[in-house]
Amino acid sequence: MKLTTFLATSALAAMLASPAFAQQISIKAGVLNDRSGLYADLSGEGSVIAARMAVEDFKAADKGIKVEIVSADHQNKPDVGSTIARQWYDQDGVDLILDVPTSSVALAVSQITKEKNKIMINSGAGTSDLTGKACTPNTIHWTYDTYALAQGTGGAMVKAGGDTWFFLTADYAFGHALERDATAVITKAGGKVLGSVKTPFPGTDFSSFLLQAQASKAKVIGLANAGGDTINSIKQAGEFGITQGGQKLAGLLTFITDVHALGLQAAQGLVLTEAFYWDKNEQTRAWSQRFAKLNGGKMPSMVQAGVYAGLLHYLKAVEATKSKDTATVVAKMKEMPTDDALFGKGSIEVNGRVLHDMYLYEVKKPSESKGPWDYYKLISTLPGKDAFQPLAESGCALVKK
Amino acid sequence: MFELLGIPPQALFGQVLLGLINGSFYAILSLGLAVIFGLLNIINFTHGAQYMMGAFVAWMALNYLGLNYWVALVLAPIVVGAIGIAIERLLLKRIAHLDHLYGLLLTFGLALIIQGLFRNQYGSSGLPYGIPPQLAGGQNLGFMFLPNYRGWVIVASVVVCLATWFLIEKTKLGAYLRAATENPTLTQAFGINVPLLVTLTYGFGVALAAFAGVLAAPVYSVNPNMGGDLIIVVFAVVVIGGMGSIMGAIVTGFGLGLVEGLTKVFYPEASSTVIFVIMVLVLLVKPAGLFGRPA
Repeated sequence: MKLTTFLATSALAAMLASPAFAQQISIKAGVLNDRSGLYADLSGEGSVIAARMAVEDFKAADKGIKVEIVSADHQNKPDVGSTIARQWYDQDGVDLILDVPTSSVALAVSQITKEKNKIMINSGAGTSDLTGKACTPNTIHWTYDTYALAQGTGGAMVKAGGDTWFFLTADYAFGHALERDATAVITKAGGKVLGSVKTPFPGTDFSSFLLQAQASKAKVIGLANAGGDTINSIKQAGEFGITQGGQKLAGLLTFITDVHALGLQAAQGLVLTEAFYWDKNEQTRAWSQRFAKLNGGKMPSMVQAGVYAGLLHYLKAVEATKSKDTATVVAKMKEMPTDDALFGKGSIEVNGRVLHDMYLYEVKKPSESKGPWDYYKLISTLPGKDAFQPLAESGCALVKK
Repeated sequence: MFELLGIPPQALFGQVLLGLINGSFYAILSLGLAVIFGLLNIINFTHGAQYMMGAFVAWMALNYLGLNYWVALVLAPIVVGAIGIAIERLLLKRIAHLDHLYGLLLTFGLALIIQGLFRNQYGSSGLPYGIPPQLAGGQNLGFMFLPNYRGWVIVASVVVCLATWFLIEKTKLGAYLRAATENPTLTQAFGINVPLLVTLTYGFGVALAAFAGVLAAPVYSVNPNMGGDLIIVVFAVVVIGGMGSIMGAIVTGFGLGLVEGLTKVFYPEASSTVIFVIMVLVLLVKPAGLFGRPA
C-alpha cells in the first residue's frame, strides 16, 4: 500500500533525524492559576509565558523531550481548581501542575495531585502548610511561603523597634497561615500581638478595619493579605493619616505588581520580602527583559519567576532519569541541587520546600526611581536556611521517616 | 468609661460615619439602577462596568490628556453616558418589547465583555490615581480622623441624590418621564418624544454610575473588576429598597452602608454577607421591598 510505505518512510526518517527517538518523552504541563481576578497580574498569563521560556531555555526538543503547556483559570475557587485538576489528570494526560496561587485552591489541588500520583510545583500560593502539616510526597513549593514572609518582614520590623502588632487578615487559608506564622516570629523576638481583624476576601473598603487597627495603638499594622486587598489597605491607610500618626504598615506579602499599581507616591518606604526582583543582577535583568517583551512590557513577579525555575528543574530531573515516573522524578528533583539564573543555587527539602535566598527590600521614593519598575532597594539578604521553616518544626509527616 | 456593646462611643461614631461614606456609593449606584428600572423597565447589569468605566475615564483623562480630577468629574459622566446612549439606541431598543429577562441577559453579557476588554488592556491589579490636592489631608473630629476627600464624597453624593430625586419627582420633565413610563402611547399622543426621553434617561442613569466611578477612583484601586465586585451588593440594595423607587434606593443605600459598617466592627467576618441576609429577610416579609408598591 502506498500509505503504509509513506508512513514507514516517514517513521524511519524521523528515527534517523532524532537519535533520542527511542527515549522520546512527552510531557504535558498545566499552568493553573488566576487569569481574571485579583491575582491575574502576578500569576496569570505571565506564568504561562514563563513556563514556555523554561521549555525554550532548556532546549527540550533537542533533548528528546516534548513539552506541551496548557493553562486554565481557577478563579481563586477551590471547587473550580479541583475540577480542572481532576480533568487534567484523568482525561487530558497532564503530568504536572504549575503555579496554583491562592492557598485554599493550592491545598485542594495538592491533595488531588497526591491521590492521582502526579506532581505539583507550586509557585503562587503562600501557606506554609503545603510543606507542613498538609505536605505530600507530590508537592514541591518553590517561591515563597508565609513562614519566610513572616521571618523576613516580621523579623525586620520587630528588630527596628516595632514590637506591638495589629493584624488585618484576609479571611481564608492564606491570611490565617500568614497571621499565625508572623505571630510566632513576633512573639519569639519579644514582641506582642495586640489584636487582629479578619476581613472578608476579596474586599474593597478597609477604612473601618484600619480605624480599628489605629485604635489598638499598635506600633505596626500587619497586612496579612495580598493583591488587591493589600493595594486598597495601603492606599486607604495613607488617606486616613495612619502612617503620619506614627504607626507603621507591614505588607507581609507585597508583590512588585502591587507596588506598580499603587504608584511609588503611595508605596514609598514599605518594607517587603521577595524571593526574586528583576533588577537583582545581570542574569535576572536579561531574563526579565526577554519576559517583559512577551508580556506587554510588564516585568515578572516572583511567582512567574518561580514557575520558570520550577519547570526548568523538573525538566532537568526528567532528562537525568530519562523517565517521567512521578516517584523517580521527584526523588531526583530533591536529590539534585537547584541552580538557575533567577533564584541562584539552592536545594529541595524532603517535605518539598525549596530553599533559596530571600530578600528584604524597601520601596524607593519617587525621586530615587529611574522609571517604571525601578522600585526596590535591597536592605538585606536572608539565606534560605534562615528564611524557611526548619524541617523539624514543619510538622510534615514525610520528615519523621 | 462608658461603653456601648464593648466599644467606646467615639469609635462607634467613626464607624457610623465610615458606613455612611460607603453608603454614598451604594446610594448613587442604586439610584442609577432605580431610575433605569423605574422608568425603562430595564434591569441594567452593565451598571457595574459603567461605574468602572467612569473611574477609567478619570485615569485616562489624567494620564493621556493631563486633565485633573475636577474636569474628570464632569467629563467621565458625559463620555460614559454617551456610550450608554449608544448602547440603548443600538442594542437595548431592539429588545425593549421583549421580557425583562432579555435585557438582563444582554446587559450582563455586555458587562462581561467590557470588563474583559479592560482587563486585557490594563491588567487586573489596578492603576494608581491620587486624591486631588485640594482635598488632601483631613480633619481631626475628636473621635476620628476624617480625610477631607471622604467628607467630599458624602456631600457630593447627598447633593446628587437629592437633585435627581427632585428632578424626577418634582419637575415638569420628571412628570413627563413618569407619564411616559405609565403610558407611553398616550404620552406620545400629547406630542412628547418618548423614545428620546427613554434614551436620555438611560444615558442619565449610566452617567450617575460613571460619576460614582470617578468619586471612587482616588480611594479604591482603579481596576477592571471594581464594578463586578460592587454591582451584586448594589442590586441587593435596590431589591431591599424596592425596585424602581427613587427615594427608596437613596435611603436604603445609606442605610445599608451603615449596617455594613457596624457589622465590620462587631462581626467583621460577616460584613460581606450581612446585606444579603437583610435582603432575604425583607423579601420574606415585604416582597416589594421597603419602599416599593406591590405590583
